[in-house]
Amino acid sequence: MTAPAIALTAIDKRFGPVHANRAIDLVVEKGTIHGIIGENGAGKSTLMSILYGFYEADSGTIAVNGAPVRIRSSADAIRLGIGMVHQHFMLVEPMTVAENVLLGAEGGALIAGGLVHARAEIARLGADYGLVVDPDAVVGELSVGLQQRVEIIKALYRGAEVLILDEPTGVLTPAEAPQLFEVLGELSRQGRTILIITHKLKEIMAITDAVSVMRRGEMVAHRRTAATSVSELAELMVGRAIVHPARGEGTAPGAPLLAVEHLTVRDSRKVVRVEDVSFAVRAGEIVGIAGVSGNGQSELVEAIAGIIRPASGAIRIAGHTLTAADDAASARTHGLAHVPEDRHRMGLVTAFPAWENLLLGHHRDAAYGSGPLIDRERTVAATAQTMAHFDVRPADPLLKTANFSGGNQQKLVIAREIEAGPQVLIAAQPTRGVDIGAIAFIHQQLLAMKAAGKAILLVSVELDEIFALADRIVVMCGGKVVGIRPVAETDQNEIGLMMAGVERAA
Amino acid sequence: MSTPVTLPRWADLALLPLINVAVAFLAAGLVVLAIGESPLEATGILLRGALGHAEGIGFTLYYATNFIFAGLAVAVAFHAGLFNIGGEGQAIVGGVGAAMVALALGHLPGLIVLPLAVLAAALFGAAWAAVPGWLQARRGSHVVITTIMFNFIASALLIYLLVDIFRPPGSMEPSSRLFAAGGKLPFLHDLLAMIGISMPKTPLNLSFVIALGAAVVVYLLIDRSRLGYGLRTVGANPTAARYGGISPERATVVAMAISGGLAGMMAINEILGVQHRLINDFTGGYGFVGIAVALMGRSHPVGLLLAALLFGVLYQGGTELAFDKPRITRDMIVVIQGLVILFAGALEFMFKPALARLLKAKER
Repeated sequence: MTAPAIALTAIDKRFGPVHANRAIDLVVEKGTIHGIIGENGAGKSTLMSILYGFYEADSGTIAVNGAPVRIRSSADAIRLGIGMVHQHFMLVEPMTVAENVLLGAEGGALIAGGLVHARAEIARLGADYGLVVDPDAVVGELSVGLQQRVEIIKALYRGAEVLILDEPTGVLTPAEAPQLFEVLGELSRQGRTILIITHKLKEIMAITDAVSVMRRGEMVAHRRTAATSVSELAELMVGRAIVHPARGEGTAPGAPLLAVEHLTVRDSRKVVRVEDVSFAVRAGEIVGIAGVSGNGQSELVEAIAGIIRPASGAIRIAGHTLTAADDAASARTHGLAHVPEDRHRMGLVTAFPAWENLLLGHHRDAAYGSGPLIDRERTVAATAQTMAHFDVRPADPLLKTANFSGGNQQKLVIAREIEAGPQVLIAAQPTRGVDIGAIAFIHQQLLAMKAAGKAILLVSVELDEIFALADRIVVMCGGKVVGIRPVAETDQNEIGLMMAGVERAA
Repeated sequence: MSTPVTLPRWADLALLPLINVAVAFLAAGLVVLAIGESPLEATGILLRGALGHAEGIGFTLYYATNFIFAGLAVAVAFHAGLFNIGGEGQAIVGGVGAAMVALALGHLPGLIVLPLAVLAAALFGAAWAAVPGWLQARRGSHVVITTIMFNFIASALLIYLLVDIFRPPGSMEPSSRLFAAGGKLPFLHDLLAMIGISMPKTPLNLSFVIALGAAVVVYLLIDRSRLGYGLRTVGANPTAARYGGISPERATVVAMAISGGLAGMMAINEILGVQHRLINDFTGGYGFVGIAVALMGRSHPVGLLLAALLFGVLYQGGTELAFDKPRITRDMIVVIQGLVILFAGALEFMFKPALARLLKAKER
């Protein structure tokens, strides 16, 4: 029997008072795809960072191919044949694929020789594993899926036998994910070992051979994938049975609260992103926008939220027609709230404490101060209350936002937007990068708003999410509305076809 | 990938700057040693000269006044994510504004003229900085480049005004006539004499009190006000600012205008407070020192006041030192000041990782 590719024994790591990893054991067999799942903050990333040499464990041992090793830096890890693909890519965008692959492995003062070698290697890896990518393309101009491929090639170029992928599908479109899985499958068939961190259980079931579950810094279970189920894994991960919120009784929707009419939006380069889009969201209704990401959804949302000005068309929020004088702040005063698709880029200022982020979009409100000054005590108290309401942990308004886990950051955004008491809520990717427990909570909040007679526009790349919540589905492709379907009269197949631009499934 | 180093707040705000200053003094001491003087003795003269007697303190605070205004100017822009290095030019134009009011209205009582003259300094400086701000916001021209260029334009403009407009007929000196009584900011030794406290004559004037007031206003603006919240949001994340209904373009112009206004007020210390006329080169490079002051003070008014005081000590003590020790020339003093700027400003984070490790080791 061959020695396991990776064997971690009794790994322990503390960050001050936080016990991030507690006596972790993990065995990964050679040539397998091994999943590690757990909620945000369960310690998955810490464990992988120890394996990749970012941190050193306080105690415990690591063995690679049966031989005990010390990994003190990522250079050590690379030498031992361990490569990592980060969730947020480490690429130099203005450089070409070949230059990026070569980065840090130039092999001499002149890079010409290295580039020739890199080109040949990229071609070989493309042929061997289906990792096809143009070595002379500029990385910044590639799609996210291809950029990820470059990351994988980078690791393989450095001789990685063990590949760690951190939330690899978090940034991919539904169409790109299966391509990644094919590549990973091919890699493992040819003897490489894959470690994949995720909290998407469907993916675990689809591609892994074995799975390990972490919870609160501990390894709680190891399973053969064939011998487990989604519901067992979910329970192990959260520590309790998950209750999916019921969709609730279909109250008859009322008058339209959000109306979009013949809306056309151009981007800064005058390219049409949204073309002649019309739909309405009525009181007590959730309308889902389905589409492959990048088909105009983001621009549509930003136009409705007052962030970018449409080229033509009208937007009505609770009876008020947005004009050129409106911005994101005045759209809010007319009853709009907006959970943006990317909390780090748009929804939060991560350098601010939580209470200052509760002010975002509301810093001119009379409730939070007097005259030109902000009432700090009152705002902090209001934040503490909101955080308790929405179960944001830790419920500390003074804690820097960057120090909250992703799920809690998202809850903070959702709390801010719902507490404002809007008539219309736009929720764009409301559960992106959020763990199962928080997803159920967020869905519950959206359904509660619906029950309270508000209008909700849900934009999601997860069809499951749209089908679980929406009453009607607007399908977008290439900036246009392909069709609008009541959820009861359609299925994922039809919507999937429409997303690809097919108007009506014959 | 290196994880960002974080220090406890007290270490970041107090201990680290202290270590930086200590190292700067150590390096300066080696330079002094190299030219054959005793570093200890030199340090003694420097500190005594700056803080040892009432006259020295007066001069120290007079220099510090310039650094407070210049540092606040840099700090406000910095909070909005802008690097305003045009303090010199904005101070020059501010001085022109103050001088115009003082020349035109100097015959009126000071209580009327001086507020107007100070306001003019601020408004002229603000307008001079708002232009690069607008160019950045609307045209994407980087403020670092444009503010530097505006420094040259301002100094050329000043010479033109002095030679062709303000110079009294028959005078060979490029300066304006003296202001009438109403255009002079009172010296602090005169003010203190009125309430029976005697103090030697120094250039220290009411500008110092105005500078302290400006520091309080900047604190309220940045930390407590709605406007300041908007500026900081734009500085930290412009996309989030736009999402929150804050226009990054408007914030850029506003932040540059406030920053320029503070830089413009630096002129009142020299023009209204000491010279009582408009002269050439009155900004003396203090506007650039303001960058080091703001860096060292972490762009917070309290830290900034302490940093301004330190640079005041270096300027005044350095002058005394050059006087007492002929071998330590004026240039040597500039070297020492340069070392402080190097360690406290430019290399401020050099010791941070080591200090973080040390503190962490102690925690265990």
